[in-house]
Amino acid sequence: MAKLFAALVAVITIVSTGIFVARTWWLPPDISVVGPSIDSQLVETMVAAGVLFVVSQLTLAVFVWRVSDEKKERPIRRFPGGATPLVVLATALVGVEVLTLSLVGSKIWYNTFLAPVPANALKVDVQAGQFAFYFRYPGPDGTFGTPHPDKIDEGGGNFFGLDPANDIDARDDIVTAELAVPVNRPVLLTMHAKDVIHSFYVPELRLQQDFVPGLVIPLHFTATQVAKTEIVCTQLCGLGHYNMKTYLEVMSQADFDKWLKDQAAAQ
Amino acid sequence: MTTVSTPPTVAHHHGPPTTFISKYVFSTDHKVIGKQYLGLALVAVTTGMVLSWYMRFHLAFPDAKAPGLGTITPEQYLQLMTMHGTIMVFFVLTTAPFAGFGNFFLPLHTGAEDMPFPHFNMMSFWVTLTAFLVLVAAFVVPEGPPLAGWTAYAPLSAVGSGSGPGEGTGQTLWAISIFIFCIGQLLGALNFICTVLDMRTKGLSLARLPYVTWAWFITSVIGLIAFSVLSSACVLLILDRVAGTSFFIPAGLVVNDRVLTHAGGSPLLWQHLFWFFGHPEVYIAILPGFGIISTILPAFARKPLLGPRVMIGCMAAIGFLSYTVWGHHMFLSGMNPTSAMGFSVPTLIITIPATIATLLWLGTLYGSKYRFTTAGLFCLGFISVFITGGLSGFFLAQPSIDTYLHATYFVVAHFHFVMAVAAIFGIFAGTYFWFPKMFGRMMNETLGKWHFALTFIGVYAVFMPMHYLGLAGNVRRYSSFPAEYMGQALPLHKWITIAALFTGAVQLIFLYNLIRSRFAGEQAPDNPWEATSLEWSTQSPPPWDNFGGRHLVVSHGPDEYGVQSPRGDYIMQTDPP
Repeated sequence: MAKLFAALVAVITIVSTGIFVARTWWLPPDISVVGPSIDSQLVETMVAAGVLFVVSQLTLAVFVWRVSDEKKERPIRRFPGGATPLVVLATALVGVEVLTLSLVGSKIWYNTFLAPVPANALKVDVQAGQFAFYFRYPGPDGTFGTPHPDKIDEGGGNFFGLDPANDIDARDDIVTAELAVPVNRPVLLTMHAKDVIHSFYVPELRLQQDFVPGLVIPLHFTATQVAKTEIVCTQLCGLGHYNMKTYLEVMSQADFDKWLKDQAAAQ
Repeated sequence: MTTVSTPPTVAHHHGPPTTFISKYVFSTDHKVIGKQYLGLALVAVTTGMVLSWYMRFHLAFPDAKAPGLGTITPEQYLQLMTMHGTIMVFFVLTTAPFAGFGNFFLPLHTGAEDMPFPHFNMMSFWVTLTAFLVLVAAFVVPEGPPLAGWTAYAPLSAVGSGSGPGEGTGQTLWAISIFIFCIGQLLGALNFICTVLDMRTKGLSLARLPYVTWAWFITSVIGLIAFSVLSSACVLLILDRVAGTSFFIPAGLVVNDRVLTHAGGSPLLWQHLFWFFGHPEVYIAILPGFGIISTILPAFARKPLLGPRVMIGCMAAIGFLSYTVWGHHMFLSGMNPTSAMGFSVPTLIITIPATIATLLWLGTLYGSKYRFTTAGLFCLGFISVFITGGLSGFFLAQPSIDTYLHATYFVVAHFHFVMAVAAIFGIFAGTYFWFPKMFGRMMNETLGKWHFALTFIGVYAVFMPMHYLGLAGNVRRYSSFPAEYMGQALPLHKWITIAALFTGAVQLIFLYNLIRSRFAGEQAPDNPWEATSLEWSTQSPPPWDNFGGRHLVVSHGPDEYGVQSPRGDYIMQTDPP
């Protein structure tokens, strides 16, 4: 049984590592400015964790194999040097790893969530509710109308609770069920939730952020390729959670302008 | 063995039970309470596993009829998931390794006749059982159990039935159940701490306590803080639900076309309170496993643990750091993104004591004369699955990677390996090791080894592919994956489901072995493994007062193996100096 266990550990280690290395299941293509640095950080972590995984699992397998061959009459052997070298090794190895990952990672995190938003960013207001996303573009006046929760009427198409009769800013707001953005232009989302917590996840943007009732959360990104991908909710929000999704369409500036015009005309 | 006559001051503070009720039901005997906890955990783990089978069945075959449930609806899936997570985390991973084994063996390890507050101890179990019954009562109320997940994020969990099926009475029962559970664990933790600090027999310094006893002690300290906070949070949640308060509900919510009148609360407050408990809870589940492995490994390696004080330091460091990392569950929650770095660094640092502990186990194995018993094999399996689960933590501790992997199956793989499978391997190791002491009979080793080998293969077959799903961006907590979304993942989901059903079925071998050995197993000697700690100095099973009135004197450390002695290659703690 000892040798079987050692063999099992070795086989599981090699096969599972092989599947990672072959990238049989892997991240979808990245279409964002921050994506390459996130991917690079993930791959570096994968290599570091992968080496530790293979070395430690195979060490376990080898130790078990060798121990199972030991003769009963021989004395036990202490680990050379005792615990101190292991403590130093673990602290140094993992410490350096922690320091490196934290330093590089903090720069990526800053660029993704904390960097100032460029002034030319396209502003889109996003509301999440059970079980749909709605997007709002400010229209020609560049200003969003004020939402009123008590005026939300989904049956009547007033998803944000706008009051165009009394609010001039709201009159030209363009509300859509899908998010369209121009390629290579920064986009600033202002995210809020109508009822419970939801989340905005676009794997291709390498971006995820929760919507929290009571908070307006800014999120910015720049898409680098024309593409159509899914936006999915990743925070458990109720029975229709699995089906809460819509599309992100990244268009050329000209196509985006035309799309926005068509949406405005259809309001 | 050195003993002295029992002085009057240490005489047993409650007489031997005389009736069936006082002996087996409302018992104040820590050993009976330990068995009761383990029995509850066995019922709970069976329930939780069956629920996970239904979940996995639905994910792989969404249109097929599940036995007993028919075609599973999206809300049923979420209800199964919520109950699976809640039952497993609270009533299995907390009760079995900590309350179960801890109750039975902690007083034995300290040479005490019982815990200092036996009635609190009895109450702790019955309160916990009540919590379990309140939770499972949610299955029979209209609309069924809650669907908000084991984390019960507000406001979904706070605003009542309008937010979804099960969010009415079912969610209230959940909150009440967890509150009651916390009370039970606080009573238990108090007893554990006092037993370790005040009830040690003569000569038993803290340094001579077995590693698992240290683990239970540290876990108790963690639990005392963690469950206090969670119980308070549950009270606030219950008040939001039934008394109209707004601790977790902000103004202006429109739920199910109704504008709520609540105002002023914060959904993030629930997350902070929950995860302030929730992350230490991971260590409440796994630290007893650390202790069990550190205690059992030397017994089968026939050599002392490498770096005994370092191991205790690692467990204490993990216990301390566990309170500095809760925000890593909330990197993307809307919490100020700057604080993510403050939570990321300690999360990464906590891997240092965990890595040291793993290396110490490997160093102990090196050059040993390992006895490959079933318990010994589960120790080795623990090391393997803990390495696997621990390393995926490197990814999720980094906010910049979490932004992609958060809420995907990568997270499911991570916490199942490190918190569930590793802890369960620790429980299995403990069961095979201590069963002879608990019941006076040996478990069948052949069945045990089959159980180990098939379970080891099974857990890797189930949980390793979940890493691949997560890397591909497969979101967790979805009841189905239509072809246009993650359709390419369906074959992998089918594989996982088949592997999960297989691994679950393998547990029948364990169940059969457990029941058969209990009644027909070979009679166990007092010290079948030639181990050293105090429980092996008494009969199998121990008498009601543990040591038959003997007052033990301890002269040795907890793992003096690999030495020349009249016994062979080990010295028991009670042997003369």
